[in-house]
Amino acid sequence: MAATKAPRVWPQVAVLQPTPSELYPASDNPDLLEINLGPNHPSTHGVLRVITTLDGEIVVGLKCEIGYVHTGIEKNIEQKTYWKAIPYVPRMDYLSFFSGETAFCMAVEKALELEVPRRAEWIRVLFQELARLHSHLVFLGTGSVDLGGIALLFYCFRARDEVLDLFEMATGQRMHPRYCQVGGVAEDLPKGFEPSCRKFITFMRDQVNQYDELIKANPIWLQRTKGIGVLPPELAMQMGLTGPNLRASGVPYDLRTANGGYGAYRELDYTPVVEQGGDVHARFRVRVEEMRSSLDLIEQVLDGLPSGPTISDDRKVVLPPRHELHTSMESLIHHFKLVTEGFTVPAGEVYAPIESARGEFGFHLVADGGPKPWRVRLRSPSLVLLQSLAVLCKGVYLADLIAILASIDPVLGDVDR
Amino acid sequence: MSSDLLTLNSPTWGEPDHGAGDRLTAALGADVIVRRVEHRGELTLDVAVDQLVAVCTLLRDAEGYDLLSDVTGVDYLGYQGEVAGYWGGGSAGRDLNRSASAGKGAVPEAAGPKRFSVSTTLCKVMTVTDGNHRRLRVRVWVDEGEPVPSLVSVYPSADFHEREAFDLLGIPFAGHPNLRRILMPEDWGGHPQRKDYPLGGEPVQFSDEV
Repeated sequence: MAATKAPRVWPQVAVLQPTPSELYPASDNPDLLEINLGPNHPSTHGVLRVITTLDGEIVVGLKCEIGYVHTGIEKNIEQKTYWKAIPYVPRMDYLSFFSGETAFCMAVEKALELEVPRRAEWIRVLFQELARLHSHLVFLGTGSVDLGGIALLFYCFRARDEVLDLFEMATGQRMHPRYCQVGGVAEDLPKGFEPSCRKFITFMRDQVNQYDELIKANPIWLQRTKGIGVLPPELAMQMGLTGPNLRASGVPYDLRTANGGYGAYRELDYTPVVEQGGDVHARFRVRVEEMRSSLDLIEQVLDGLPSGPTISDDRKVVLPPRHELHTSMESLIHHFKLVTEGFTVPAGEVYAPIESARGEFGFHLVADGGPKPWRVRLRSPSLVLLQSLAVLCKGVYLADLIAILASIDPVLGDVDR
Repeated sequence: MSSDLLTLNSPTWGEPDHGAGDRLTAALGADVIVRRVEHRGELTLDVAVDQLVAVCTLLRDAEGYDLLSDVTGVDYLGYQGEVAGYWGGGSAGRDLNRSASAGKGAVPEAAGPKRFSVSTTLCKVMTVTDGNHRRLRVRVWVDEGEPVPSLVSVYPSADFHEREAFDLLGIPFAGHPNLRRILMPEDWGGHPQRKDYPLGGEPVQFSDEV
């Protein structure tokens, strides 16, 4: 954990009125042009419609219309037992999919007060960091395309495929693995995973250096990113930003270290990546540096992975091992009850946030004592990120709007849920 | 399984901030906090609806809760219903569209006579002086159609959260500058996250001949 900083009192910025998430043109000049950016446009990274009012090439009005990929995941989860709800979750934030699974399982474990084996925690960190790496690679690749540089896309997607290969090796699925279970992870790491992963780390370190070389001193890149979309820390707090975007504004807040961290992050050595500036450039820098720190964390996990079981042995929550079903009647009964009815969770309200690739990702779970959640709300970071778009885009060029949208990195599945 | 292999896995909220609750009572009167609930180390303050903005303003300015992390509306319709079966059915069989508590007779600690609750989770980020990023949940209870004061003037990031609660649960937020649907289409009927919203047999959209 980072050393405690000296107390610093931040001034309250005047509250934006009337609504901060939409920008209205100051005049009704008939020369203003209203255009739709999206819903289907490559730079919106999904199905987002940004209704933009332009004065020449300057953005003077901006309104986000969302909900195009709203699938009612919260409503669906209410109708499912807890363990059946797990596959829904990674499909929202499909770029850092493993974070979603982990966040949901952690919320349920918190409501159950269920203890998780240490090895499972460490494996969860391993895959959370791989998912973060995956997300940042897609961010960097598609973000550079938005800024007019196509080369980085191919570099990043080649490396992304290597991440997905690791997921496939360990979980059988390239994306949405449903590997995280309430109480631990589904299976132990397979033989040969560790050498493959170490090989990947070496490969990836070299790759990240290459990406850095590509964009570090590129004058076009710097002109497109430096000083664009500046978000001071006070404003970032007001707009509720978390994650890399907040750290790009100079606030060293990371749930992996705040209050000591969660899960195995409590035992790992990690310092939040912070950049000053709060512009598009800083937001890109934070993510490139976070790729490096993710690789360091993955290496730490491989070096210090504790032995032991990978899932809790609480038979009231976790399925018994398959081989026991042939010999033990209790195991068979538990298996049957868990599969048909599910486990019950004590009544109460819990909120368990974790640090996903784009910020605080939390599940607000209201349990009623039965085997299905009464209410689940997904506190998705992307929904909050999108609110700040209007603040950031006031008076910028339309081309910079694309750069800003790329730099805050919303995932529309995560926005709409 | 030996205990050194296990770890109690709960993303931490910091210490429950009872001091903030005490200072709120001292500043705003004894009846501002209706009830305090502590569950799994998370402190929830049930506050009077008309005091919500005052409470949050005080929490932001005097206590340093500078990040609004979440606003969640919950529909408790049927929570204490007579039906305990988790299929939401009765003796006549399963009824998909009937809301009923799965709690098997468990009496909820919080469900009052009101139908909806709105929980606001606040967090300390930049104002932390002791390395303890505390969280606090402020909760109000309202009935059908009863407005909740909007927090947009205190925490601008409440904007989309409150619009979503309005859209999906039909909770009106008084003083919200732009309260309209956010996820569902503008002309959608009903509020899908409500417990009495039908699960099956919804009308086919865009099929009108008009």
